[in-house]
Amino acid sequence: MKRTFSLNRHLVQRLGFGLITLIALGTVIPIVMVVIYIAVEGGPAISWEFITGFPREGMRQGGILPAIIGTFYLTLGTAVFSVPLGVAAAIYLSEYAQDNWLTRLIRIAIINLAGIPSVVYGLFGLGLFVLFLRFGTSILSASLTLSIMTLPVIISTAEESLRSVPQAFRTVSISLGATRWQTIRRIVLPEALPGIITGVILGLERAAGETAPILFTGAAFFLPRLPGSPFDATMALPYHLFVISTQVPEMPFQIQYGTALVLIAFVLGMNLVATVIRSRARARRQW
Amino acid sequence: MESNLNWREFVITRAIKASGYSAILFVALIFYFLLKEAVPTLTEVPLGDLLAVRWYPIEDYFGLLPLLTGSLVVTLGATLIAVPFGIGTAVFIAEIAPRWMREILKPLVELLGGLPSVVLGFLGILVLAPWLRNLLDLPTGLTALAGSLLLGGIAVPTVVSVAEDALDAVPRAYREGAWAIGATRWQTIWRVTLPAAKSGVLTAIMLGVGRAIGETMTVMMVTGNAPVLATRLGSIFSPVRTMTATIAAEMGEVANGSVHYHVLFFIGITLFLISLVVNVTASSVVFKAKKRSERVLS
Repeated sequence: MKRTFSLNRHLVQRLGFGLITLIALGTVIPIVMVVIYIAVEGGPAISWEFITGFPREGMRQGGILPAIIGTFYLTLGTAVFSVPLGVAAAIYLSEYAQDNWLTRLIRIAIINLAGIPSVVYGLFGLGLFVLFLRFGTSILSASLTLSIMTLPVIISTAEESLRSVPQAFRTVSISLGATRWQTIRRIVLPEALPGIITGVILGLERAAGETAPILFTGAAFFLPRLPGSPFDATMALPYHLFVISTQVPEMPFQIQYGTALVLIAFVLGMNLVATVIRSRARARRQW
Repeated sequence: MESNLNWREFVITRAIKASGYSAILFVALIFYFLLKEAVPTLTEVPLGDLLAVRWYPIEDYFGLLPLLTGSLVVTLGATLIAVPFGIGTAVFIAEIAPRWMREILKPLVELLGGLPSVVLGFLGILVLAPWLRNLLDLPTGLTALAGSLLLGGIAVPTVVSVAEDALDAVPRAYREGAWAIGATRWQTIWRVTLPAAKSGVLTAIMLGVGRAIGETMTVMMVTGNAPVLATRLGSIFSPVRTMTATIAAEMGEVANGSVHYHVLFFIGITLFLISLVVNVTASSVVFKAKKRSERVLS
């Protein structure tokens, strides 16, 4: 009796583990397949002309240079605003903030920023930056919108990284006569830097791939030249992919897959860099 | 020199504090600018018309029900996919997989989280929708089902990472205790580890659902964009239109300050409030659980 019971529960364990393993495979395999599929279908489209040329014949031929440059500008613009602000906010939360209602409010605000739908950021950017501040449909408006969307990612990863620096480092520095800021600047920040950079890249990666927030704040359907100032609208890779896969009839598949490939290469390249920095920093850590 | 240093310290400290408070400012700004453009809706469109079943803005029909049910159907479908796959994968990564496999799986799932939603929508149009159409013999593959499948995939990484953190946070002693009294690893997972991580797992599901409701580009591209009231279970096989997709698809074509423009902001603030409720509830579940465990330990 007892024997069969224990056999049964081991059988249940086997079945259960089998099921969970299948589920995990069911999650992971499609991810790998998506990336490989796009690489295979889009690979043949990639050429020097595709990367460095302008779209021609109603975007059905030629290259996607303006979209690549545009996404680069938007990512850069997002970094300019969100990195200093996000890292400073993380420093505040990890080094200055006390455990009171105000800090809790800040945390709730950050959680909310992280959860707001991307298209709602688009509406907000339209209301504040495009119309109210009169920045127009521009790289500036789009970058500012993306910055606020990116902030929670940067703040929470940077804070986690700052918090992982042992308290003793700070105590020793302060006891040697350093001020609080000197301690942060010379001791805490350098130790936390790899983690902060990882967070920044992951945040910017998200910004680079987003379409909805830039729809009404800075994205252009087609531009015959590159944007000349932050007040110009710009083409962008994700929006371009949306346009050529839904708005342009008889679009050659190869160009669509090629554009998708360049976009995921851009985004996953950033992801890879972040992963490498993080694992290297972990391996080197001595405390 | 000394006073110079104090002055610098003062300015920097102030700047850091201001940055810390900025998150509150941004949430307030977002709320204000949505509200400002959404409020006129209430005077321009009678409430009864907003709760009607017809969305046809060109002829001033602003019934929001089809969009609400559209979002609901797609999100429900996505949840049904994201919960088992998300929790299952989290359990696998946290409890079953050997260390080397963890190191591969975690970045892979993060990679899915990093895939731009427009890429998934693109594949949805070219690969998933035609496949569904043939498989289920539908007039079109661009349906709520296609949206649910892809949205489920988009929500999975959120569920996995939060649930996995929660499972990881369960003290090892709990598991050792269960093993010591003869439980199998499987029994330990079901009876000890998962219940102990319950609040975190719940948070994971809520955040995943929140992610799904707010997703825009994928659903706009693959759900067929038909603002038809979803009333039956079978609606999952027909085209729908979500709230997010409506904003994204129509905002570019409306005149600033028109009724249609205000109604789109009204939908926007509805989405904002939904995400507010979901996220505050999700985080308070975590806070409460933390307090309880502190009480138990003290």
